Amino acid sequence: MRLATIALGALVLASPASAQGVVNVYCSVQVEWCTLAANEFQKASGIKVSMSQKGSGETIAQLKAEAQNPKGDVWFGGTGDPHLQAAEEGLTEAYKSPRLADLHPWAVKQNTDSGGKTVGIYAGALGFGFNTELLAKKGAKAPACWADLLKPEFKGEIQMANPNSSGTAYVAIATLVQLMGEEEAFKYLKKMHANINAYTRSGTAPMKAVARGETMVSISFVHDGVTEALAGFPVKTATPCEGTGYEIGSMSIVKGARNLANAKKFYDWALTPEAQKLGAQAKQFQVPSNKATPLPPEAPKFADIKLIDYDQAKYGKSAERKRLIARWDSEVGALPKP
Amino acid sequence: MISRAPLAWSAAGLLAAIALPWCALQEGLDSGAWLGGLWSSEDYASGLGQIVEHGKWWLAPTLLALAACLAAALLPATRQRRGTLLLIASTAGLLLFVAQALGIGLRGWTAAWLTTLFGELDGRQVGLGAGGAVVLVALLSLLSIGLALRGGFGGDAFVAGAVTTVASSIVLFTAWPILRILVQAFQDGDGLLAPALLVERLATEKIWSLRCLSGGGRCGVAWNTLFLALGCGAGTTALGLAFALIVTRTSFGFKKTLRVLTVLPIVTPPFVIGLALILVFGRSGLVNQFLEWSMGIQPTRWIYGFQGVFLAQLFAFTPVAFLVLIGVVEGVSPTLEEASQTLRADRWATFTTVSLPLMRPGLANAFLVGFIESIADFGNPIVLGGDYGVLSTEIYFAVVGAQLDYGRAASLALLLLVFALGAFFLQRRVVGTGSYATISGKGDSGLPTPLPDRARRAAACVALPWAAFTLMLYGFAFVGGLVKVWGRDYTPTLDHYAKAFAVEHTADGLIWTGAAWNSFWTTLKLAAIAAPLTAALGLIAAWLLVRQRFAGRATLEFATMLSFAVPGTVIGVAYVFAFNVPPIEITGTAMIIVLCFIFRNMPVGVRAGMAAMSQIDRSLDEASLTLRGRAPQTLFYVVLPLLRPAIVGALVYGFVRAVTTVSAVVFLVTAEYELATTYIILRVINGDYGLAIAYSCALIVLMLAVILLIQFAVGDRRLGRRAVALKGGRA
Repeated sequence: MRLATIALGALVLASPASAQGVVNVYCSVQVEWCTLAANEFQKASGIKVSMSQKGSGETIAQLKAEAQNPKGDVWFGGTGDPHLQAAEEGLTEAYKSPRLADLHPWAVKQNTDSGGKTVGIYAGALGFGFNTELLAKKGAKAPACWADLLKPEFKGEIQMANPNSSGTAYVAIATLVQLMGEEEAFKYLKKMHANINAYTRSGTAPMKAVARGETMVSISFVHDGVTEALAGFPVKTATPCEGTGYEIGSMSIVKGARNLANAKKFYDWALTPEAQKLGAQAKQFQVPSNKATPLPPEAPKFADIKLIDYDQAKYGKSAERKRLIARWDSEVGALPKP
Repeated sequence: MISRAPLAWSAAGLLAAIALPWCALQEGLDSGAWLGGLWSSEDYASGLGQIVEHGKWWLAPTLLALAACLAAALLPATRQRRGTLLLIASTAGLLLFVAQALGIGLRGWTAAWLTTLFGELDGRQVGLGAGGAVVLVALLSLLSIGLALRGGFGGDAFVAGAVTTVASSIVLFTAWPILRILVQAFQDGDGLLAPALLVERLATEKIWSLRCLSGGGRCGVAWNTLFLALGCGAGTTALGLAFALIVTRTSFGFKKTLRVLTVLPIVTPPFVIGLALILVFGRSGLVNQFLEWSMGIQPTRWIYGFQGVFLAQLFAFTPVAFLVLIGVVEGVSPTLEEASQTLRADRWATFTTVSLPLMRPGLANAFLVGFIESIADFGNPIVLGGDYGVLSTEIYFAVVGAQLDYGRAASLALLLLVFALGAFFLQRRVVGTGSYATISGKGDSGLPTPLPDRARRAAACVALPWAAFTLMLYGFAFVGGLVKVWGRDYTPTLDHYAKAFAVEHTADGLIWTGAAWNSFWTTLKLAAIAAPLTAALGLIAAWLLVRQRFAGRATLEFATMLSFAVPGTVIGVAYVFAFNVPPIEITGTAMIIVLCFIFRNMPVGVRAGMAAMSQIDRSLDEASLTLRGRAPQTLFYVVLPLLRPAIVGALVYGFVRAVTTVSAVVFLVTAEYELATTYIILRVINGDYGLAIAYSCALIVLMLAVILLIQFAVGDRRLGRRAVALKGGRA
């Protein structure tokens, strides 16, 4: 019995991970990326990472449900709006990382907009994905501008997500509103409705439909197209010539985190170039937020993309979001199928 | 005997209050670290220790009530008196227990009005642990013993105990979490009560519009859901009946194959059928490609929308209908059919006027299950729905989508419940109060009546093409796991299997290096724990509902169906809401996943058990009772052996659903307890279909093996129906 106790004690002491404690991470990027990040942080710090992968919508739902007794420490990745919403609802905690100075201005702006409660870790531009085989079969030219999507040859060939359920679709609508003004944007959306074959429930579905030849064109984040192309599908992407919006993948510390010190360590580490190159290793091609992170050759270059000055603070607010979605619902979503 | 039972229970409860830690332990009971701190440490202290050493005075009244029960058991008294005393003491104990558990939480009083009433409380408590749980169980047992002693439930302590067990577990793990989330339908964003909001949330065009009927525009999600569910209920019942008739009443040669085939869709992880359907009927699918190549027809998106979801649901839920119906069709006694034929009715008249009406409880139950499965289904509408929205997907996106509106989700869930409730009462009306008992102690020839030709042909025409279609679909899915990129690069490869299930042989023995092993073992373990519990609870509930008469029976029947009618996502969120804070704090453990499995899948066990049990003549029970068999003996030696098909059904369903369920557990899994389905979904989301399908195929093989094992272990019931070459000819 005593021997067993000693052996057990030795075992506990021998593993450095448990000596440093743990950190519970809710991870909203692709699972390979999550696993890589968990393993690498564990190696670098000796802190055990308990990682659970969930979409950003599911994570914020979970944070809300657990608000009285939080189980997570850090929320890593996922599109920026839910992070801003969590900040607005007081589900996350402000933290000023010493790494902030190394980041691109858009990542820092995300931090200041939210009162320090979230920070950008990567960014991805909105654009079009298209199936080159289907285009060739129809003899259509690849869309290069928002205006191209109204062309008759794309009738019934475009998919975008439904903003009621998808953050991606909301970014698209907010982008058009900022680009054309609200009235013009809704006129445009109504015209484009004739070319749309479905408003899918999930934001990544249209790009997958393009890859599998179920639709010709999608409105998606362009880095998702790179992933499909690498998997062997005939997918190419373009960003609109008029200018486009973007998402800022973010990271937040959960309010009332049980392992706050370790959460901060993870947060600081996730903003280093070493941590941020892991995205490319996991075949995810967003633009990392640390200026010193090397950019993978496949990634869409932000320099080549005409980005609008996306007002994350205004369009990330839930009231504005609700208003625009309700308007889309009554003016566009309710239109009969063409 | 009966005076010993209350003694044992109150002693057990008091012992647990002294020798087991009252609160939940961070590291679990098996570490043994608590043994040293039962008195001194606040984390580990027993109930008594908490009261004396740590100032938790509010636990004292409960323990006093338990001590009163002990006194009532020891004092000499009449049966009636002892019952009354036990009833009073245990009820008081339970009320005090619940009051303190709900009233005092992590930060003192849980509600503001309690603080204003009693002042600040200097104390806190975490979730209930082993000690608290045993005390609760002891109090419940004493309550049921008290009731039985006073003559309730026919004076039978076993029946009283069974009712208490089923009722309290359903209240705790179904009604409580669902209530917690439904209350939100009546609240605004800040948690204030606003009943008008419910009307506002529900009375919108998006839910009730009927424009699709008049052409132009879409119907509301409520109608969409209803149309789909009616179609699915009717379709699955018809198909299930066709299969059941072919298997039991014809000399069709490939019955075994057919049986396995009907079970296939049920053991298929979600998304596989949907993906396979897209591969066959999608725009780039085989059918469209062929039509375009041969006749120049433009490929269409026909599969996305009502048609696709309907087809996928038929595939997915026909087996459930089959499982419900097979026991019933087998059970219809030949005696009545022979009597009908003796009276010169031809086979067709016998079939339509005798056999079919006798199957009515089974048909109604199958329809109910199909209807409810359809309205709660999430996987198929999400893959194939396109923009055909149904309530379950609406709810999902109200919770996790860009709206994040629990109030709306709860209102829609309420609507869904109303639909389920409607179907439930309709089913009761259809079955009515007639008698359907055909398994009695009386002898019969044991030869099942062959089907009339018309019925046989109809059944074969429906079932056989469907079977062929199923085979084809699975062929595609299987091939999908063996090629490089499904739908694109058809180079054969075993890479996906290697990636998932690699095992390396090294000097230290076997190392399970495959990516899937972790989730695979967890799934297997948790499902194996959940399945027998699911079946046991379901069948006991069915037995109580069919065989016992007690107050609140209809309420209990409805409560058992409750968790089935609510979509998985709502259950998942409800579980997190209800069980993330004391008194029951079990999020992040394996226990919450097992509980979710049990209470989500129990309803099918209940339905199958009820359908099968209403066929067994009460005279058999009565014979057993006359021979001085008590309720438990009657249950175990008479009823259960006759229920073997229902037991197999419940066990199989409990296991299989635990392995394949996804939406309910997506909020409950953690890195430590990852399940196969959540792993597969992540692969699908990632576009890694090859690995997802390879893993799914492995799961299908595993589940088929388990089903055969269960079938072998439980065995068939022997009804004395002989299998003789039927004159009806081949199907």
